[in-house]
Amino acid sequence: MSEKMTGAHIMCEALVREGVEVIFGIPGGAIMPFYYAMYEYRDKFRHILCRHEQGAGHAAEGYARATGRVGVCVATSGPGATNLVTPIADAWMDSTPLVAITGQVSSLVVGKDAFQETDITGITMPITKHNYLVKRIDDIPYVMKEAFYLASTGRPGPVLVDITKDAQQARTVPNWDIKLALPGYKPTLQGNRKQIRAAVELLTGAQKPLIMAGNGVIMAGATEELRTFAERTGIPVITTLHGLGAFPEDHPLSIGMPGMHGWVHVNRAIQECDVLINIGGRFDDRVTGKASTFAPNARVIHVDIDPSEIGKNVRTEVPIVGDAKLVLQALIEEMPPREATAWMQHIRQLQATHQHKQQYLNRPDTNQLMPHDVYAALNRTLKERGNYRVITDVGQHQMWAAQLIDWSRPRSHITSGGSGTMGFAVPAALGAAIACPDETIWVICGDGGFQMTNQELATIVQEGITNIKIAIINNGYLGMVRQWQELFEDRRYSHTLLSGPDFARLAEAYGVCGMTVETVDGVEPAIEAAYNHKGTVVIDFRVEREVNVFPMVPQGKSIGDMIEQQPTANPTA
Amino acid sequence: MKKHTLVALMQDRPGVLTRAVSLFRRRGFNIESLTVGHSETPGISRMTLVVESEAVEQVVKQLYRLIEVLKVSDVTDDPAVEREMALVKVHCTNTNRSEIVTLTQLFDAKIVDVANTSIIVEMTGSPNKVQNFVDVIRPFGIKEMMRTGRVAMVRGARTHQGSDYVGAEENGHVAASTWN
Ligand SMILES: Cc1ncc(C[n+]2csc(CCOP(=O)(O)OP(=O)(O)O)c2C)c(N)n1
Ligand SMILES: [Mg+2]
Repeated sequence: MSEKMTGAHIMCEALVREGVEVIFGIPGGAIMPFYYAMYEYRDKFRHILCRHEQGAGHAAEGYARATGRVGVCVATSGPGATNLVTPIADAWMDSTPLVAITGQVSSLVVGKDAFQETDITGITMPITKHNYLVKRIDDIPYVMKEAFYLASTGRPGPVLVDITKDAQQARTVPNWDIKLALPGYKPTLQGNRKQIRAAVELLTGAQKPLIMAGNGVIMAGATEELRTFAERTGIPVITTLHGLGAFPEDHPLSIGMPGMHGWVHVNRAIQECDVLINIGGRFDDRVTGKASTFAPNARVIHVDIDPSEIGKNVRTEVPIVGDAKLVLQALIEEMPPREATAWMQHIRQLQATHQHKQQYLNRPDTNQLMPHDVYAALNRTLKERGNYRVITDVGQHQMWAAQLIDWSRPRSHITSGGSGTMGFAVPAALGAAIACPDETIWVICGDGGFQMTNQELATIVQEGITNIKIAIINNGYLGMVRQWQELFEDRRYSHTLLSGPDFARLAEAYGVCGMTVETVDGVEPAIEAAYNHKGTVVIDFRVEREVNVFPMVPQGKSIGDMIEQQPTANPTA
Repeated sequence: MKKHTLVALMQDRPGVLTRAVSLFRRRGFNIESLTVGHSETPGISRMTLVVESEAVEQVVKQLYRLIEVLKVSDVTDDPAVEREMALVKVHCTNTNRSEIVTLTQLFDAKIVDVANTSIIVEMTGSPNKVQNFVDVIRPFGIKEMMRTGRVAMVRGARTHQGSDYVGAEENGHVAASTWN
């Protein structure tokens, strides 16, 4: 190609070269040249016109989390760019590969408070892996290539490319002969053999070893290796919120989720274990509770691709920097087979004497629709039908989903973890639905979060997407906050009572199918009907309003101190 | 809390200093001094920072997350030459001028400006020596002072060269680029 092209055409061409199949965005003044050029690329990649840039960002995240590929979102300068800040921060916290492209005012007026000028590179500096302000057309091919490379390699994350309008409009013959100049960026993939042997020695001598699997296992595509390693060593496996699906929960070695709303027996096992190997998790405080009291008897091995995560929150004896898949392969090679049956039996005993899924699903004797009825039915259906992704929002419904669905496949559970961004689920489902057109994309969200981003239903309809089914766990409250107020603030329900529209009618107004379920009997038929309806469905499950998520570690407390169930003084639940 | 002297080499890309400073603020690292300038290698900047931290390892690791950062070394316990400079405008009278001049000579400092009622002294030396000089000169009346941050270099054959980390060719694009 030796023809002159505009910067905007070069941007499109770069996307094609990166193998991008879909981008999510909204046009505006400073990005109009790009949209002008994109018109000619309609058959090369798809553009999804969202209703809010936050929706575009979360949709790109949903696409990325479902596939492992880079999600791409686009916005104009100023308000368009600032609306992307929340999803960018979300992607940063959850290490989601994302490239955000924003238009910027012309380089001639940058710095002069021009119309819709915002210093988006300044704003996003602390929440991006890297970002660029591109003022010259000649830099576009290089920057685009580097942006995709950085977003997707090492520890993935968001990269923002801000391109001035005049750079988009200029013309040149692009030079695609690019050699990346990143001498300071060389992610370590192979774990150090010496450290791997040290880890093996610790694990071999352990009486009560534990494996903690996090998002890194899923991102590295290392679930098979994890399984082999666990089976070879007999070590019990716990999966963090983002590790759900990294190890099948119906496996005899799976013991469940740790942390604030993890199971009692899992947190107890952590507090008792003598060696803990964390693979691809970052010891978030929702996992560790009060960090100084976390796993007091454990010698810790931490496998992470990002060296800065090791030793940040939890003292670590054996640091292994590397890709989870390659490190697990090396561990499998080095580790002699062993068993840990007595320890496993002990954990199962703990499990039997404390609240766990089965007991949880034994519903109280009431006709009122309990949230758990919905999860029980959904879990059954998902198991029967398979072929699903579940996207959850943030709040009580999210924790119940994590607890009560039997996760079995990587990337089947997608949620906003590190940032806890309400409003994530509906737009993320849009991205996941485009990534996985042959699967059923279930959204589980609260009435609060649904009201933050449900405008993307219009996008879903316009794009002809038919494989999204939305379950609103409608408790008429900002439930998770209400729970804290109930438990720790003497039931002062300060501004958590929440009204909303009739969600079924709202759904109909958007042109999708809406249903309301108020009784236990109504749950299964509604789910069945949702599957039978060829199109997006919103089910408003009006559940018992003051049900709490248990067990629970109060914030700042040790994970050994769990509130196991509703304090008896309160008759509800 | 222990003070650490770190030397960092980084690609001279737009915004790299802002990135580093933003990182220190965001992570709550207490930076006592920070000095940046060109290194011997074109396109590579060199930063010396003095940080007060129990967790200096986190400072180093977080710096490495910046893609421009090539090498960070904690030279606190290495035999290193550490220097600071101060420009001090000292109040003086006809009677005490010679006393100030003598002190300046004792400290190997330089007088760079002389006026009726003031003298500017340029003092370069180890951080300790600069501090001592300032303490000694303070009773005369310091009208104005500007102290630089610290710069450090390890003694002997060991080097922190930009060229150890960047091939000239690899750095070519970056040096030529003007992304801002
Ligand atoms: C954008 C955003 N704002 C506020 C919060 C704080 N917050 C966490 S959970 C929650 C309540 C969520 O209510 P709802 O969506 O109804 O879910 P529920 O907890 O009732 O299941 C709130 C307000 C948040 N996580 N995200
Ligand atoms: Mg709610």
